[in-house]
Amino acid sequence: MKETLIKVQNLEVGYPNQKVFQNLSFEIHAGQFLAVIGENGIGKTTLIKTLLGQIKPLNGKIEIENHLKIGYVPQFRNIDIEYPLTIADFISLNFTGIKLPWLSKREKQKINEVLKQVNLFHLRNRPLGMVSGGEKQRAYLAQALIKNPELLILDESTASLDPKTKREVLEVVSKLNRELNITIIFISHDLNLVKEYPDSFLWLKRDEYLSGDINNLPDQLKGESHV
Amino acid sequence: MFSYEFMQNAYLAGTLIAIISGIMGVFVIARNMSFMAHTLSEIGFAGAAFGMYAGLTPLNGMLVFTTISSMLVGQLSSKIESRRESVISAISGLFIGLGILFLALSDKSSSYATSILFGSVIGISRADVWQMSILSILILIVSLLMYRNLKDDSFDPVGAKTNHIPNRLISVVFLIMLALNVSVAAQIVGSLLIFILLTLPASSAKYFAHTVFSMMLLAIAFALVGVWVGLYLGYVTNLPVTFFIAVIEALIYGVALIFNQLKYRH
Ligand SMILES: Nc1ncnc2c1ncn2[C@@H]1O[C@H](COP(=O)(O)OP(=O)(O)OP(=O)(O)O)[C@@H](O)[C@H]1O
Ligand SMILES: [Mg+2]
Repeated sequence: MKETLIKVQNLEVGYPNQKVFQNLSFEIHAGQFLAVIGENGIGKTTLIKTLLGQIKPLNGKIEIENHLKIGYVPQFRNIDIEYPLTIADFISLNFTGIKLPWLSKREKQKINEVLKQVNLFHLRNRPLGMVSGGEKQRAYLAQALIKNPELLILDESTASLDPKTKREVLEVVSKLNRELNITIIFISHDLNLVKEYPDSFLWLKRDEYLSGDINNLPDQLKGESHV
Repeated sequence: MFSYEFMQNAYLAGTLIAIISGIMGVFVIARNMSFMAHTLSEIGFAGAAFGMYAGLTPLNGMLVFTTISSMLVGQLSSKIESRRESVISAISGLFIGLGILFLALSDKSSSYATSILFGSVIGISRADVWQMSILSILILIVSLLMYRNLKDDSFDPVGAKTNHIPNRLISVVFLIMLALNVSVAAQIVGSLLIFILLTLPASSAKYFAHTVFSMMLLAIAFALVGVWVGLYLGYVTNLPVTFFIAVIEALIYGVALIFNQLKYRH
């Protein structure tokens, strides 16, 4: 039995003006590659924010393994493309804390390491505003990797990419999952990707949800390419 | 030129002001706070008028007003981002109103008021320089310690949320630092034109630099060029220093925009 990282029981979450979901229960174990799917506005991002502690649940329980290190790539970001941020500088933003401004040797090494993990080392000195969508997503990924996460959450990281570039990003993610045993939560509408890479799914629907092994994806989704 | 003590004072103070304004300006731009910087300078004017009335130095009067108002803005607008501009307008209106009142109540001449508004080189005493140095060093130390968190929070606010940095505290501390910076800078360029040192050098630097750190160094350099050359030209021509600083910074900004156009044409 694999170690359980997150256990969600009877979770109910909502905003002041509306309930988003209730009675949601699932577990995430170490090494899992979970796809979270569901139509726009169903509550995928809300679920993630609740797991991260940014939204308080109305009911239910979330148990997270002590000191679990979580890396998160948010769905939306607002970074002015005119800002002078090279990819390496952008990644270094995640080295926060009350410390002197300049990076230590170890921190610089770590930046180079994650740059290589996402195949961006050659673009490290290119401003973030001057790279393609796929490269940008890999830079976001690298930034999340800087803190050695055990769990990596990607909220529609591939949404705006063409099919080939989507695969490039997913190949990187999948490799992190296989080789470094990083647990992945991957939110997407693209069922082709979901069938190919993740090993399990959580399908949020109106007033219910389905979850299980990716091979047991409901028949109604099998023929579809998007949800 | 340097045989005059007032010129020595002006160069010392101007150098400090350029350095802190260059650093702070980078974050003012990234945090979209040009409007707040501008408002704080108006509030600074009111503070100087209050100082005049209460028998404080203009610098101390400004410090009182800008610090209090920046904390108020921080408290009132922290919850709702979109409310920020209205809160700033309301508070600045209140303080400027007070400034007009104190100006009317005090018996100093109107030339005193213009020197606050437009800056004055002659008015800076050695004691002022000392106080400005201490405040500048304070700003430097705090920004050094806050640098990483402030950088993350300013340049990637959404991403910063996941790093558990105390963003409310950062906002408030930053506003107070800005208040100090504005009050100090007003001594040379005048409260009306503080933004030429706080926002123009950083805005120009944005187009030449590739990293936040190099943007900061460039912003400091641009501010220093403006202040040093401006003070010199003011000295030889007897025209207002602030005028020259404004022209130089605007020129640098113009060149930066052209440079940026050319860069994107290829
Ligand atoms: N800050 C908020 N305040 C109030 N309601 C919100 C807020 N954020 C989201 N909602 C609502 O909660 C519901 C779930 O939103 P959420 O962003 O979690 O959906 P999602 O599944 O991530 O959608 P998408 O696929 O478009 O990203 C939606 O109906 C949305 O309108
Ligand atoms: Mg979403």
